[in-house]
Amino acid sequence: MGVPAVTVRVVLPAHLRTLAGVGGEVEVEVADPPTIGGVLDALEARYPVLGGTMRDRATLRRRPFVRFFADEEDYSHAAADTVLPETVAAGKEPFCVVGAMAGG
Amino acid sequence: MSGVRLLVGTRKGAFVLTADGKRDKWDVSGPHFGGWEIYHLKGSPADPDRLWASQSSGWFGQIIQRSDDGGRTWDPVGNDFQYAGVPGTHQWYDGTPHPWEFARVWHLEPSLGDPDVVHAGVEDAALFRSTDGGATWAERPGLREHGSGPRWQPGAGGMCLHTILADPADARRMWVAISAAGVFRTLDGGDSWEPANRGLRSEGIPDPDAEVGHCVHHLALHPSRPDTLFMQKHWDVMRSDDGGASWREISGDLPTDFGFVIDVHAHEPETIYVVPIKSDSEHYPPDGRLRVYRSRTGGDEWEPLTDGLPQSDCYVNVLRDAMAVDRLDDCGIYFGTTGGQVYGSADGGDTWSAIVRDLPAVLSVEVQTLP
Repeated sequence: MGVPAVTVRVVLPAHLRTLAGVGGEVEVEVADPPTIGGVLDALEARYPVLGGTMRDRATLRRRPFVRFFADEEDYSHAAADTVLPETVAAGKEPFCVVGAMAGG
Repeated sequence: MSGVRLLVGTRKGAFVLTADGKRDKWDVSGPHFGGWEIYHLKGSPADPDRLWASQSSGWFGQIIQRSDDGGRTWDPVGNDFQYAGVPGTHQWYDGTPHPWEFARVWHLEPSLGDPDVVHAGVEDAALFRSTDGGATWAERPGLREHGSGPRWQPGAGGMCLHTILADPADARRMWVAISAAGVFRTLDGGDSWEPANRGLRSEGIPDPDAEVGHCVHHLALHPSRPDTLFMQKHWDVMRSDDGGASWREISGDLPTDFGFVIDVHAHEPETIYVVPIKSDSEHYPPDGRLRVYRSRTGGDEWEPLTDGLPQSDCYVNVLRDAMAVDRLDDCGIYFGTTGGQVYGSADGGDTWSAIVRDLPAVLSVEVQTLP
């Protein structure tokens, strides 16, 4: 019997949608309960071109100008094993990868 | 009829400019990868349809793109640049040790003979190679670990390996240049490296004649004379006639010997081009006049080329990888500016015209001569 999984909706910034070749939201299967790290692992597995674009490949640290939001909360500084809100696990809210406002 | 394809990297995307052999009418394609910094694009000498592009951003890091149809379509390939082993430290601006950290790919140098082989020069300075069409990258650690690495310091633009020259007559010999460390040479295909800076003199470092620490901006060679190298250093235009073992200054009567680009005429190995820039803090042409200087004597004696270039109120810069020459019978010369212009000459530099005027700031210009 496999690990229970949930489908998480993910909103990517425009440049990463272009890289991944997707138009809108994407969905990934993540072990339940979904964590930040689990979502990023699933994204990079499904879209290998996103490897290194959201977090450092070696250290797994978030890139400085990338932010993670979910259900109106900022998860950018949360640990990778932080469990995402029930609304994300239930598919009611997406996990948002955001390019930080920078550059004037 | 033969033609040319210009590959232009800018602060906000890549552009491909094509023309037939007359080089008077240009088709402009782009922006490709709009919004991303494209430090460099270059075509494979072994397969002109295979192009490489370094795509990066402060937000999302480094991507490498490859085209197999001359730039019409692109696909991302591998972007995992991991230094070999524990990379250690180099000097930071204040002289303290600073860990090696990958920032971006400055330059991609495709193999002369194998379209699946390409070198990448990166910041923090190191040399990587792919032998599988860009899918995977491995550092050539002999360069960074040859001994002087802990003494390397970044230039104003970062500690970048920006120039890679391959000897067309000897696949085991290559040169690279690093700001601000200098020139390094390998004679065994990249396994081991040695500094190649004898004769360089830089007043801005504690020992002006040091083995390493020189801010070399660019190197060029003519394929028929690989023992002769030309260099635009931070200050000083230099040449070597012994494969980089020693250098002598050839700035001669240039109005200023600061600059970034240097290149060699396709058919005249002693005809070279530079774009003098006023100073290291004033990154624009002297007197607001954009002039390419040509020497037909391998240096020392220079003539300004101005016909078609702005001769008043011009305050753009021409960055280190932003000049290239084609190989048509009448050698074409091209360069791009930080003001977004790409200028071309189809007569060896005698006359110039703007191919495009309003691109984002140009970071690099390469040219392919097409059959």
